[in-house]
Amino acid sequence: MKILVTVKEVATVEDEFEIEGTAIADQYLGADLNEWDDYAVEEAVQLQEAGLADEVVTVTIGPEDCEQTIRQALAKGADRAIRVWDDALEDVDVLDVGAKTDILEAVVEDEDPDLILTGVQSGDDSWGATGVALAEDLGFEWAAVVNHLEHDLDDGVASVRRELEGGVEELTDVELPAVLTIQTGINEPRYASLRGIRQAQRKPLDVQGLGDLGVDAAAVEGAVTLTEMYEPESESDVTVWEGGAEDTAGQLAELLREKGVAP
Amino acid sequence: MTDVLAITDHRRGELRDISYEIITAGRELADETGGDLHLAVISGTVDEFAEKLDRDGVDAIHTVDYGEEFNHGVYSQAVTQLYDELAPQYVLAPNSVNGLDYAPAVANELDLPIVTDAVGLETDGDTLAVTREMFGGKVETTTELEGEAIVTIRSAEWPVAEGTGDAAIDAFDVEIDEGALGSTVTGFEEVGGGDVDISEADVLVSVGRGIEEEDNIPIIEELADALDATVSSSRPIVDNGWLPKNRQVGQSGKVVTPDVYIAIGISGAVQHVAGMKGSDTIVAINTDPNAPIMDIADYAIHDDLFDVVPALTETFE
Repeated sequence: MKILVTVKEVATVEDEFEIEGTAIADQYLGADLNEWDDYAVEEAVQLQEAGLADEVVTVTIGPEDCEQTIRQALAKGADRAIRVWDDALEDVDVLDVGAKTDILEAVVEDEDPDLILTGVQSGDDSWGATGVALAEDLGFEWAAVVNHLEHDLDDGVASVRRELEGGVEELTDVELPAVLTIQTGINEPRYASLRGIRQAQRKPLDVQGLGDLGVDAAAVEGAVTLTEMYEPESESDVTVWEGGAEDTAGQLAELLREKGVAP
Repeated sequence: MTDVLAITDHRRGELRDISYEIITAGRELADETGGDLHLAVISGTVDEFAEKLDRDGVDAIHTVDYGEEFNHGVYSQAVTQLYDELAPQYVLAPNSVNGLDYAPAVANELDLPIVTDAVGLETDGDTLAVTREMFGGKVETTTELEGEAIVTIRSAEWPVAEGTGDAAIDAFDVEIDEGALGSTVTGFEEVGGGDVDISEADVLVSVGRGIEEEDNIPIIEELADALDATVSSSRPIVDNGWLPKNRQVGQSGKVVTPDVYIAIGISGAVQHVAGMKGSDTIVAINTDPNAPIMDIADYAIHDDLFDVVPALTETFE
């Protein structure tokens, strides 16, 4: 069985930052492996360790800069990686769900995986929709927000739990091939070992352009435009206690005593 | 094409709050487009649900009497067929776990753009402007699109619709291709339970990612002991296995309403806030003065929890 995992490098933002136009100024941005995708990679690698998967392949839409993040996934145990990039993607400020789906669909057609794992959402733009849209596009089954997967995949069925709101889980059987969007907490993502990091440098990382995949460059323009970005106005009338830790702790202690909730 | 179709949400025999909130969002949008607001209620006791959903501003309710509980295949097919029949300009769905399990599929099937997790909507009839957050709530953005679209809306952003309406209720004749249903819901399970019910606590000392590592959890427990309070947490603490699942506050955990909620090292992601905003008094201890938790806190300390928490514990010993 082959597993394809979507891996995204997300932008992280410092506590203090400035906005320039419709983007956060570069100097306040960092980059990291998307938290949800980290769990998806781990789940795939565990399926491989359980003897169910023969190969774990990652796919990333992103520029050359994100290869360090891709190597992280390889260091954790993925066998090889595909990175998709194109000049046409350079100036796109919102790569919307439809555009991502078109690109990923082309990769899936080349790779023909039995199972696709994606993070539930990404930590930066939080669409939370690409996995399910991709499944529909491919004619695969799917399940969104999966926080448990039985590792036997009996008779081509994945038995999963979906994490609903309010502490309720739904038990669902999903026919393969399928796309599962993976929720944090499904496993404990490993740290890459030194050996893993060394090996990752030698693992194949294949770069594909839109033309290689047969995707029309017009597809990436998408239907959605980002027109504004701003810091949300605080509606708060919070009382901020000032001073050193002892002063502020003292003020909080006083409040707790006033409320009668502390001795 | 000016109408709005809003899809409601229910689970285990109960309509969820978002079903009444989406009426408000849908009505506002339909007023701007000059169209009608259609609701759909799919699966379960649809006639009973329809009566409850008939609130002010709803023009029509379409019931799809097929199956008991949510199945994304049934929802996808039903919403697609409703769209083909009604030709609305906008389809609204809840940005719930289930909403995100069918709305993207419908968008793809119908070749419509989808924008998720909306906190604001505005249209001039042609262009739809959707307000949404990025980077975990650090910024708000406006995204625009032309023509028809599917939008999922965040819970608790629009007030619930009140009043009794006069909607036309009709049974929608759906044709479900059972061969295309490749997933089956086999049951539900409550998680957590166990030793403590945090939803009953009067005082919660709640810990988040700022605690950095498991070995630091005892400083929170010592404070809770000193205050005779209960320890709860945000999601990452439970994901890491540092506290059991029954301690998790938030959308996927418990909703809590204590007299005092002390949020320690918690940034205040929307999913967390959904579970604790009903607390009587909220105190936040966090080094980041711009953390979203500060927007709902009554009192705040912008300082290192590793300095403040032991000092606080000491005052009660």
